[in-house]
Amino acid sequence: MFSLERWQEIFETISKNKLRTFLTGVSVGSGIFILVILLGVSVGMQNGVEDQFQRDAANIINIYPGYTSLAYKGLNPKRRIQFTDEDYELALGDKEEVVYKSSVYQNRGGLTSYKKEFGSYRVEGVMPDFQYLESASIIEGRFINQSDIDNAEKVVVIGNRVKNDLFKDKSPIGEYIIVTDLNFKVVGVFTDPGGEREESRVFLPVTTTQVVSGAGNKIRSMGFTLPKIDNYEEALAESQKFTAEIERDLKAKLMINPMDTSGLYISNNIENTKEIYQLISAMRIFFWFVGIATLLAGIIGVSNIMLIIVKERTKEIGIRKALGARPISIIGMILHESIFVTAFSGMVGLILALSLLEFVGPLIETDFMVNPSVNFSIAITTVILLIIAGAVAGFFPSWRGASIKPIDALRDE
Amino acid sequence: MIEIKDLHKSYKIGKNSLHVLKGINFSVKEGELVSIMGSSGSGKSTLLNILGILDEADSGTYHLDGVPIKNLNERVAANYRNKFLGFIFQSFNLINYKSALDNVALPLYYQGLPRGERNDRAMSYLEKVGLADWASHKPNELSGGQKQRVAIARALGSHPKVLLADELTGALDSTTSYEIMDLIQKINDEGKTILVVTHEEDIAQMTKRIVYLKDGLIIKDEKVEQVRALSHV
Repeated sequence: MFSLERWQEIFETISKNKLRTFLTGVSVGSGIFILVILLGVSVGMQNGVEDQFQRDAANIINIYPGYTSLAYKGLNPKRRIQFTDEDYELALGDKEEVVYKSSVYQNRGGLTSYKKEFGSYRVEGVMPDFQYLESASIIEGRFINQSDIDNAEKVVVIGNRVKNDLFKDKSPIGEYIIVTDLNFKVVGVFTDPGGEREESRVFLPVTTTQVVSGAGNKIRSMGFTLPKIDNYEEALAESQKFTAEIERDLKAKLMINPMDTSGLYISNNIENTKEIYQLISAMRIFFWFVGIATLLAGIIGVSNIMLIIVKERTKEIGIRKALGARPISIIGMILHESIFVTAFSGMVGLILALSLLEFVGPLIETDFMVNPSVNFSIAITTVILLIIAGAVAGFFPSWRGASIKPIDALRDE
Repeated sequence: MIEIKDLHKSYKIGKNSLHVLKGINFSVKEGELVSIMGSSGSGKSTLLNILGILDEADSGTYHLDGVPIKNLNERVAANYRNKFLGFIFQSFNLINYKSALDNVALPLYYQGLPRGERNDRAMSYLEKVGLADWASHKPNELSGGQKQRVAIARALGSHPKVLLADELTGALDSTTSYEIMDLIQKINDEGKTILVVTHEEDIAQMTKRIVYLKDGLIIKDEKVEQVRALSHV
């Protein structure tokens, strides 16, 4: 079927109709170009969202206090809730499944200085596990450890941005910085995938913070992670069970109406991801739809052109049939041309789109889009799509061509 | 070579049916050069189409070289056309974007001959019709007579049992017509069976037998003294 002669015939007819073939090719090529770019963009958006979530552990659960909205057991609504160490212990209870855990106490101001350099940063009292809740990694020194907590040591771990601001190229380890008028010894520098915003932070041991700000045993919030479960639905169910238990215990202890929705806030990252992922997958379906619709327009174009070609070549097809061409060879001839034109121009569109994504993609780095690209399997899918498209586009015209009767085609007009 | 018995054919035109062939009995032996004559509407083209397996009769039998031609599907019909028949048309029906050589080689392509053999054979037939020097030319670079020669070479190339010519001189001036008829006579001299449909008396006289067709029936079928076309040139 794909003999050399067939190819020669196709190139003969194509070279006879260069402009027409070119225009047809452009419609298919641009269709596949748009499809691939859209798919690349959807991957880019997914990457962007995933990057946002990498700022914190993917399965982190944070609990914040709020203001009550309902009266309960004689207490007025609009009461401010304040967590303490006891609440943290209660929430943690004897839950063995908890992997990382930390309470957080946050100072109000955050003026931090070293010699003549100063800046205002978020200052938080945290526990050793907080490093993992934040997905932070240490580049110099160490993080807060348990002994710092136990002894309320006046040590500090600073973000990379803080280090760059205050120390420039100098190593900050062992130096003393002033945080809200008190001296702290720098023991470590961390980096955070969340970027500069997350690296403009200063961490102290939570106990130290409580002591220096005279906060007693008050804490601001608490965070936990559960073991990673690959199955999303299962992970979601586990985390929801976990948060429900904590909510029940804390509400009972803090005397919050069980129906109250604003007394405490539980942010479950797994739940949040679900919405985002649903959004992304909806968007991806939409992009496929738009891309395929565009491609379809191209295919209909090819089909139309092939119909015109068959019409124009009616006489030629009649001659061929009179000379002994079998219907299958006519079908083959037209299908072959259609598939060739579609596949070739589609490939050009695909390669253009891929190289655009390859060279321009990595340069795109905004909050909502990172490195738009398509993987190999998507490229293969579109190639298969193209071949099918060519066959579909050529089917009706070739069928029409095969059913031409030589006697009608050869009738002298 | 050709045996037809009681052949009927009618066409439906709207609600009416037009009875074109009303019982044709006719046979052609090997090596004959027969012309079918008749005015337009006499049914001669329909008869030729049926003989050429381009159309099928409503009733009656048709044997070509002993093979019954009846209820053929497209594939078999194409195969028989390719093997048994060579067509020569009034309007030449060459493929415009192919060279003379490729045009002659086309039926051989459908016979499945390898490329080299195809081109060799096509070339030898172009030589036979005196157009070897024009092999690489496209039809629009050839004169009417040359085009018809290419068409004859194409018809001969596939080694058909019968050559069917439909008004083969209809588009040519008389000098060229006689040259073409001279070629046809020479081919017939070599033993090829040839059927010529024409409405020109002088062309018919150059064959060996004339069949007169009128209103779908054969009214006269006679052997004639062949006029050699060469005497006119």
